[in-house]
Amino acid sequence: MNFETLVFYFLATILLFAGLRVVTARHPVHAALFLVLAFFTGAGLWLLLEAEFLAITLVLVYIGAVMVLFLFVVMMMNLNIEKLRNGFWSNLPLAAFVGILMAVEMSLVLMVAGKTVGSGSLPHAAGYSNTKELGRLIYTDYVYPFELAAVILLVAIVAAIAITLRRRTGTKHQDPARQVRVKREDRVRLVSMPAETLKDSDLLRAEAREGSYKEGE
Amino acid sequence: MTELITLLQGFFGFAWPLVYSMAKIVAIVAPLMLGVAYLTYAERKIIGYMQVRIGPNRVGPKGWLQPIADALKLLMKEILIPASANKAIFLLAPVLAIGPALAAWAVVPFSPELVLANIDASLLYIMAITSMGVYGIVLAGWASNSKYAFLGGMRAAAQIVSYEIAMGFALVGVLMAAQSLNLVEIVKAQHGGVFSWYWLPLFPLFIVYLISGLAETNRAPFDVVEGESEIVGFHAEYSGMAFAIFFLAEYANMILVATMTSLMFLGGWNPLFDFAPFTWVPGFFWLVAKVLFVLFLFLWFRATFPRYRYDQIMRLGWKVFIPVTLVWIVVVGAAMQTPYGYLFH
Repeated sequence: MNFETLVFYFLATILLFAGLRVVTARHPVHAALFLVLAFFTGAGLWLLLEAEFLAITLVLVYIGAVMVLFLFVVMMMNLNIEKLRNGFWSNLPLAAFVGILMAVEMSLVLMVAGKTVGSGSLPHAAGYSNTKELGRLIYTDYVYPFELAAVILLVAIVAAIAITLRRRTGTKHQDPARQVRVKREDRVRLVSMPAETLKDSDLLRAEAREGSYKEGE
Repeated sequence: MTELITLLQGFFGFAWPLVYSMAKIVAIVAPLMLGVAYLTYAERKIIGYMQVRIGPNRVGPKGWLQPIADALKLLMKEILIPASANKAIFLLAPVLAIGPALAAWAVVPFSPELVLANIDASLLYIMAITSMGVYGIVLAGWASNSKYAFLGGMRAAAQIVSYEIAMGFALVGVLMAAQSLNLVEIVKAQHGGVFSWYWLPLFPLFIVYLISGLAETNRAPFDVVEGESEIVGFHAEYSGMAFAIFFLAEYANMILVATMTSLMFLGGWNPLFDFAPFTWVPGFFWLVAKVLFVLFLFLWFRATFPRYRYDQIMRLGWKVFIPVTLVWIVVVGAAMQTPYGYLFH
């Protein structure tokens, strides 16, 4: 057993444990964190296969963005853990059926793929760039499937925005462009008017007021 | 030097690769921690002078021992754990904050040879690792089981996730210009004087990266996370060393952003001009000088700008920076197909 095999079994054990805890953890936040751990160890396994671009992208996209937003939602929800556990037994038969079906499908794929892919695990020569190779394949041999996937994602983005977009009336919002454009004339009005001067009668009245104030004291 | 290494190799035998890697890690982390300590000192002094104050001047000559005293004080303080906090995650959160802040340094080159791991996809690696730093903040806010900490954590996380996108697009421009994801290659591609560095052809991306870097590290004017006067941040419930670790992570990230800016836009270890008196200075010192310059900018911004309002932060990130970077990526890509493509290499 060489060092790489040792690392593989180490990572695989953590991955299996984390995957198991994702479905068994009581608290949804804990489950989400175990999913993060599963992604991270999965990325480690891909690194062992010299798929460094995919591994780093997995960390960047799934751990750095998707799971953060996922955690956001889970944390914000007012979760009643007892309620979540209701209906476990009544849903079990259907869930078990779907689970077993998925396991069978995956093992079928692995059985077929295991025969053809063996040579893929040979180490590449130094100077081989995973990223360049992927980029070349995506934009030459697989350009149409790639563009199609991009269009589907774009449609999903537009749809998500369209679903959440609602124009509320009566909200006050600022338009920074208008704020920047504002000039002095829009806010301050200069008025020219004759200067006011104090007349003798004003002075007398003020004196009288002062006198009465002192007497009252 | 090589004799010493062979001697040590014989001494440690089988464990030598492990010991050697550990030694290299310590050689990066120890100066980094010292840098963090004296960055806090520099921050207090520089902002002090900008506000016509003196800043710390009591501990040691001219206050030079102030950061050491602060560290000792934080170490001595008790770490309080709120009774209804989620204890395991409460203690895990600071670790998740500092881990990525240190792990990113594994691929940062200090000179063409001086790099712990010279991997091909180092730019991507740094983006991936720094994107994990947000977990420390989200979990700290959540595990504290306090409304203020929770709101602070959510606000910080939304801000970091938003600015990461603009930052990522800015890096796409750099990798298009350098045609490599390897940081050493990116710096080598900027060989020449100040006018062959990428800040000039990628000027909009440079500005976006610098400002997004401020927002990513929750620095002023984007420091709504710790705006003490009006809102409470995600680390409201943390005390002592647990708080200090968030603090360390923030400053380590600041130095990282400054280093990345220097490497990708300011020519890294390339001298200012490619002729005699400038080329005598070793490349490492050029890099340090550039990092210090960017860090000085960060401190200067903090002393100058008032804090952004939260919706304004979001508007700047999504409606200004992301479109600017997208447009400039197209400009770079289109220009490379014309005879003027050499301007962007």
